Parts: sequence; C-alpha cells; structure tokens
Amino acid sequence: MNARAVLTIAGLTLREASRRRVLLALGVLTLVLLGLSGWGFSRFAAETGGSLTSGEARLTASIVLNLVMFGYSLIAALGTAFLAGPTLSGETESGIALAVLARPIRRSTFLLGKWLGLVVFGSGFVVLAGLAQCLIVRASVDYWPPEPTKALALLAAQTVVLLTLAVLLSTVISPMASGVVSVGLFCTTWVAGVVGGIGDSLGNDAVARVGSVSRMILPTDGLWRGAMNAFQDPSALAFFGDADAGAFPFLSMAPLTGTYLAWAVVWTAMVWALAAVSFARRDL
Amino acid sequence: MSQSDLREAADLVAGLPPTPAVWCTGLRKRYGKRTAVDGVSLEIGRGEVVGLLGPNGAGKTTVIKMLLGLVRPDAGEVMLLGRPAADPSARVRVGYLPELFRYQPWLTAAEVLALHVRLSGVDIPAPEQREALALVGLGERAADRVGGFSKGMQQRLGLAVALVARPEFVVLDEPTSALDPLGRVDVRDIVLSLKSRGIAVLLNSHLIGEVERVCDRVVILDRGHVAASGTLLELLGQHEVRLHLTGLPPAGETRLSAAGRVEREGEWFTVALPVDDEDTVPDLVRDLAALGVRVHAVEPGRISLEERLLGILRDGTEGGAA
Repeated sequence: MNARAVLTIAGLTLREASRRRVLLALGVLTLVLLGLSGWGFSRFAAETGGSLTSGEARLTASIVLNLVMFGYSLIAALGTAFLAGPTLSGETESGIALAVLARPIRRSTFLLGKWLGLVVFGSGFVVLAGLAQCLIVRASVDYWPPEPTKALALLAAQTVVLLTLAVLLSTVISPMASGVVSVGLFCTTWVAGVVGGIGDSLGNDAVARVGSVSRMILPTDGLWRGAMNAFQDPSALAFFGDADAGAFPFLSMAPLTGTYLAWAVVWTAMVWALAAVSFARRDL
Repeated sequence: MSQSDLREAADLVAGLPPTPAVWCTGLRKRYGKRTAVDGVSLEIGRGEVVGLLGPNGAGKTTVIKMLLGLVRPDAGEVMLLGRPAADPSARVRVGYLPELFRYQPWLTAAEVLALHVRLSGVDIPAPEQREALALVGLGERAADRVGGFSKGMQQRLGLAVALVARPEFVVLDEPTSALDPLGRVDVRDIVLSLKSRGIAVLLNSHLIGEVERVCDRVVILDRGHVAASGTLLELLGQHEVRLHLTGLPPAGETRLSAAGRVEREGEWFTVALPVDDEDTVPDLVRDLAALGVRVHAVEPGRISLEERLLGILRDGTEGGAA
C-alpha cells in the first residue's frame, strides 16, 4: 500500500468537501443548531431556575443534550453518506476515476484514501460540533457530561461505521441509491433500537430481540446508545426507573461493552474489505 | 564475480532488444452474453506510433482499458513496458487520455496536473508541469477551475495530464473528439513530437486521415477481433496513377502495360504501379509524350486508408497483412 497515494487521495477528498461547499453548508447548519440549542438551554435555565431540583435539571439537560447530539449524528450520517456516493461511484460514472486509476496505484489504495478522507471529515465534524454543543450546555445550564471524550469518540465511530457502509454500497450501486440506502438503513436501525427498548421495558423478549439483532447487523445504533450513555447524567436512569428509561429513545440503559466495540471494529473491517474486493473487481 | 564478468553481463543486458511498450495476447472480454473483445493480440514497440481503427462497438476502448488495468480481461495477458500489467508500477511511465475525459471540476488545471504527478510517483518540477499546460494551449488558464472549462479545453487538459509525468508510452483514446480543427493540428503535432522523442503512442481515432498522417502501423479491430494489422504500406499496398490520354497508338498501350496493370474507362487509364519510386511516373509520361500521345491529366492515386478500412470491414474475413 502506497502511503503517499493514500494521503494524496484522502487530501483530495477533503478538498472536494471544502470546495464543493459541503463544509460550508455543514458549518452553517451546525452554527444554526448550536445557536438554537444555546438559546433553548438558556431559556430553560432562566424559566425553570429554582423550580427544578438539581436532579431534574441534570436529567432534562441529559435528555436534551442527547436529542441535539442525535441531530448532529444525523447530519453527519447524511453528510458522509451523500458525500461517499458522489466521491466514489460518481467519479467512476463520470469518468474522473479513469485517469486517476490509470496511474500506478492500486484500487484498494484509492479506496483507502477516499475512506480516510471521509473518516476525517465525518468524525471531525461530529467531534467538533459535539464539543461545541457540550461547551454551550455547560455555559447555559452548567451541565458537563460524565465521559465527554468517550461519548464523542463513540459518536465518531458511529459515523465511521455508516460511511464504511456507504462506501461499500457506492462500489456496487449508483451514487444516489447508495446515499438513500445507507441513510435508510441508519434510520431503520435506530427505530429498531427504540422498538427493542420498548420491548425490553415491557418484558417482551421477541420485541426486545429486534433491537439486539439490528444492533449486530449495523452497529450504528449500538454505538449511538453507548455515546448517549456517556453523555447523560448517571442519576437520570435512577430518576426514571430502569424499565421506563429503557423505552425512552434519548436515554441509554447501559454503557457499551468491550465485546460490542470489538464487534463494531470487526464489522467495519469486514465491510471495508468487501468494498475493496468489490471495487477491485469492477470494470471502469 | 570479477569486474570483467560484470561488464560482460551488463553488455549482454544492454544488447538485449528493449521490451515492447505494450504486448498483449489472447485478450478476451465478455459483458453478459455479448463478447466485446475476442482473442486480441498486439504489440507496440518502443517509439512506435500505432493507430487503432474500427467501427463503433469494435472493442477498441475495451482493449485500451484492459491494457491499462481499468477493465479485467476474462482471458489473456498484458505486459506494459516490460512488466505484467497487473502490477500497478507498470503504469508509472504510462500516460492516458480516456475517451470519457473528466477531471475534478473543483480543482484548477494546475492542481489536476499536480495531483497526477503525485500519483505517478515521478518528481516533476513545477515549471515542467506548467510547460505541459502551455503545450496544450492552457498556459494562461492554469489557475482556473476545471469546472468552468469547455469540453475542448477539458480534452486539452487531459492531453496535458497524459503527457506530464514523462511517459514512455502514451494512450490517446479519441484525443480530438471535442477539438476544433486547430486543436486537431495541435494534437497531430504533439503525437509527431512524441514520435520524434521515441515515445510509443497508441492512438484510437475515428479520423482516419489523422491516423494515416502520424501512425507507423495500424491495427483494425472489428467485432472484437483484429481484422487486419500492418504498416500503412502493407495495408494500402501499391500506388496507382490515373491518366487522361487521347491519341493513344498501340505502342503507347504497350508502354502503359509495361508500367503496370491497366484499367481503362474511356479516355481515362488507371495504372497500378508495382514499384513506388520517384522515376516511374515521370518516365512514363515522357515516353507517352514521345510516342505522340496527348496527355491531358496525370493524377497520382493511392487506395486511401478509409477505402481499405471499409473494404476490410465489409469483407469481414480478410486476413492481416502482418
């Protein structure tokens, strides 16, 4: 593998994101979201000041923080999924890839460069936006997540998982379809996770299994739940009671296990390898 | 190993004929039920300019893409500049202008060139990169985004991309499809300059005149097969001369027959000349005039590549000259 070529392609992908105004669009969207949530949090602090116990205030801050973070992860998911399509299958369709791949580089080198560029872009976005959000919450309602580093890392990992899937899809289907399918799967897994949580709280094993199975098939929801758990105040679950908290989509019952994290890594490696094989076999 | 042994070995290696720019054998490619390329073998020597001709769908672009590793052949082998084409490093000294030429619209022309230089792994100083742009007439547009370029300018940029990394073998797939007549002349000059510098060129073009002017050899593909291949002389064969004559005595007819096979249409005589030298036609005209024949017109004729191509494609079964 040619490291110089990988970095060149990764840099090219980042430059594409910036020159095509994806970066600008995301930046503006993030600023709007940060501004709105900052205003919301400060109004919440001003209007409920004194009327809520500190536990209630922390619970509310946790839930709202998780909700806003979900918004960021959705933006990152949409952004990277719709960037992965055009940058890979769009380039092969338009012919841009012909001249590039006739250079002395392997297809897997090209794919790794594209993927790396998208990883830096997607995870960079969620980490920066998430960090800014945490600082705003701290300034407005004086809440600081228990494990912000872990939470942001898991949010980034969720983005990486989804964009790896988008990269695989874009080696086999059209750019538009790959974006739609990966975002669709992301949302489906999230809904399945919520359904599973409801099943858990009702004690219905069959329904609860929907969530567990979908979390294995596509690890985005599992990682997201791990991130929520690290963002939220530990007392929030105690406040709700375990069963009810499980059914609530913006609280997470348990931290992520090492085994699940390992599975997410293996899943990403497998999907990436599949993408590399599929791209290497493709006739341009 | 002694010093003299080493020198002997070095001389032996230096004395070997250089590997061809490209060599392929038995290339085959199917897309579903359709066979696009069926058993194509060809070789292009170093410094040789070879034209690839054939009707639409003959498999020309597929052959080119298989040579460059962009399409996986179902069967066959390719060696590029002496290395198996499956090894990406075989393409270090290969320049390619695709038929479908598109370059990153968000980059400037100079950035596209810099990108290709980096990917080629060859160290090309910035002034040399600018020269490549100037050569194709884009010297003034180096800092402009490719997105704003016309198709013709993008094709010129593609030519610069193909030439920038000091190639030893250049593949030009329909290099003039988007160019105006001036641009076509530029491309012809560029190919001739590559030829003079010993750089091998594979030129796929529908413009037969273009191929005829610059190519040493021509390979004609039809329905995925090599229908014919050879030098222009081998493919086009003999020259002929058309004469408009009146007052032809029997001695004149004998003189004509002595020059070559004669076909007559009224007062027009077409003589197929077995040898193509500078004296045959002037001698013939001088002798006819001495015999009292009135010579109204002398037109040199040659079967054009176009006629030959059409003939080969219509026959479908004609063998190659080489």
